[in-house]
Amino acid sequence: MLTAILRRLGQMAFVMLGISILVFLIFFATPGSDPASRIAGRNASPQTLEAVRQSFGLDQPLPVQYAIMMKRLFVTQDITSFVNRGYRVIPAVMQAAPITLSLVLGAAILWVIGGVLIGLIAAATRGSLLDKGLMVVGLIGISMPVYWLGEVMNLITQSRLHDTWLFSWVPTLGYKSFSVDPWLWFKTMVIPWFTVAVLYAGLYGRVLRASLVESLQEDYIRTARAKGLSERRVLLRHALRTSLITFVTLFGLDFGALVGGGALLTEVVFGLQGIGKLTFDALQNLDLPVIMANVMYASFFVVAANALVDMAYVVLDPRVRSER
Amino acid sequence: MLEVRDLSVSFRTEQGLVRAVDRVSFRVAPQEIVGIVGESGSGKTVSLMSMVGLINDPNAVIEGSILYKGRELIGLPQRELRRVRGQEIAVIFQDPMTALTPVYTIGWQIAEQIREHERISARGARGRAVELVRAVGIPHPEQAVDRYPHQLSGGMRQRAVIAMALSCNPSLLIADEPTTALDVTVQAQILALLKRLRGEFQSSILLVTHDLGVVAETADRVMVMYAGRIVEKATTRELFTDPWHPYSWGLHDSIPPLEGPRPRRLRSIPGSPPSLLNLPRGCAFQTRCRFRFAKCVERPELFGAEGAHRAACFLPPESRSVLRAGIGQDLKDAS
Repeated sequence: MLTAILRRLGQMAFVMLGISILVFLIFFATPGSDPASRIAGRNASPQTLEAVRQSFGLDQPLPVQYAIMMKRLFVTQDITSFVNRGYRVIPAVMQAAPITLSLVLGAAILWVIGGVLIGLIAAATRGSLLDKGLMVVGLIGISMPVYWLGEVMNLITQSRLHDTWLFSWVPTLGYKSFSVDPWLWFKTMVIPWFTVAVLYAGLYGRVLRASLVESLQEDYIRTARAKGLSERRVLLRHALRTSLITFVTLFGLDFGALVGGGALLTEVVFGLQGIGKLTFDALQNLDLPVIMANVMYASFFVVAANALVDMAYVVLDPRVRSER
Repeated sequence: MLEVRDLSVSFRTEQGLVRAVDRVSFRVAPQEIVGIVGESGSGKTVSLMSMVGLINDPNAVIEGSILYKGRELIGLPQRELRRVRGQEIAVIFQDPMTALTPVYTIGWQIAEQIREHERISARGARGRAVELVRAVGIPHPEQAVDRYPHQLSGGMRQRAVIAMALSCNPSLLIADEPTTALDVTVQAQILALLKRLRGEFQSSILLVTHDLGVVAETADRVMVMYAGRIVEKATTRELFTDPWHPYSWGLHDSIPPLEGPRPRRLRSIPGSPPSLLNLPRGCAFQTRCRFRFAKCVERPELFGAEGAHRAACFLPPESRSVLRAGIGQDLKDAS
């Protein structure tokens, strides 16, 4: 167990090293890229350029620059922005991370519950009108762009129906800290959670239904029925368990990507200053230190989510467990 | 104990109604082993599955009557059928590699069945599981119950499946090709096990197979099925010493004899089974039968007295042995 965890951490360090070098090289070593001229602005004089180079340490060899950046990112943690001098990057990420995590965690709970329910009900009633109806609803959920759905939700809850009993509880847009007022935090997040979850619940419901229907063709399902088990028990204990593997794989990928900044559109629509928004702003200014910090944070979560998925495999499927 | 009368199973398809099982009748007495022999697609499995309500196809139409201990099983609601299934009638399936749910230990799966039908503590059910696993001859039963199916060999898995089937002391065990997926030495062990367990657990066994050797080894009585119909019913001894139906002759001739000179070639039955969609009128075997004559366009019923040796063939009984001996002669002349 301990070796497995250590191996995981090693893998994580390796992935992060690779990604950081890649991002760094894209920024510095692609043809025509001269960070100094970008920082100095258009039509800067050669003297200004030289001064910028010196001031930002861009005159040093690339490996040294890389080492310094990594040191300031991980060791001293005082790395500052190239665009707003003196703007500390790490605190900015630390401030944005809880916002994204609140959004994605809450949405994930909703979409997992929703997806499992849709998948189970559709598979249990396969071929019926209910099944077809659920699949159509799922497809609609998948097809609605998240920014559009978000804006529609805003329109309804913030404007059109805001003054009715239905949505008068919805607070204004923008993140409310959990530590200050948990109840307000919850009320703020409900609509964004729902918006993200609609898309994924539809997708997961359809995926789960497909893999359940496949499992139900297996011989061991016939054995379970021959044992005299109820149809519900056959579905929940025998078919669902083996079908969850696809579901969990998908979840690991989506969860990691969303936490790493994939929820940008939702964040923008609901005025949540999360990781996605932070990365997006940094990319517009080509602000390398901020980009680098965000990428490191994102890759951490992607690798961590995959590690959790692998652990879930071990719990779900004994065949994955190594035999010793 | 079990009495099946005029059981028919049909499937609605786009090409029309397909009759997979056609008016099949038989009885199984307590502690008897009855074999059902036939090639793939002859309706063996379908007729058995219909008995325990395991045909889920909404397009299936099941007619006839299945009396189990005087109780009609056809038309019984699933709720009540579930109580029969697993407790009174248990099923052993063909392929032990896929018959067990891969994510649970075999002990858990046996205990699950016991607890579905009886009020018993988890600990008690586990104890029973250990005893069952011991009874079917799996070594180290205390450890074996905590094994997952993939950790056992094919023969051991089939033993586990049998242990599970026996867990509620069923009075009827339906074994659907229980040895087909196993290699020959293991087959013999499993057959010996089934015979022993019949005595220990006092169950009747309905054994479906395409392997005449398996039937010879275990069954008391045999039914031969062809294209969804029973074409011959006999005791095992009668079927092997004096088969009546030309199809049974064909089956018989396709296995190498243990004694006497070795034939240069085994005789096979010419042609292939007819499509169930357009069976010939009358006898279903007529297209492949070398003794076909005018009367075969009528459907033959089983001749002979109830309970005695019976066959569905119009050939006059007294000429059967002569005709059968003729087949071998023809072949010798040809070679």
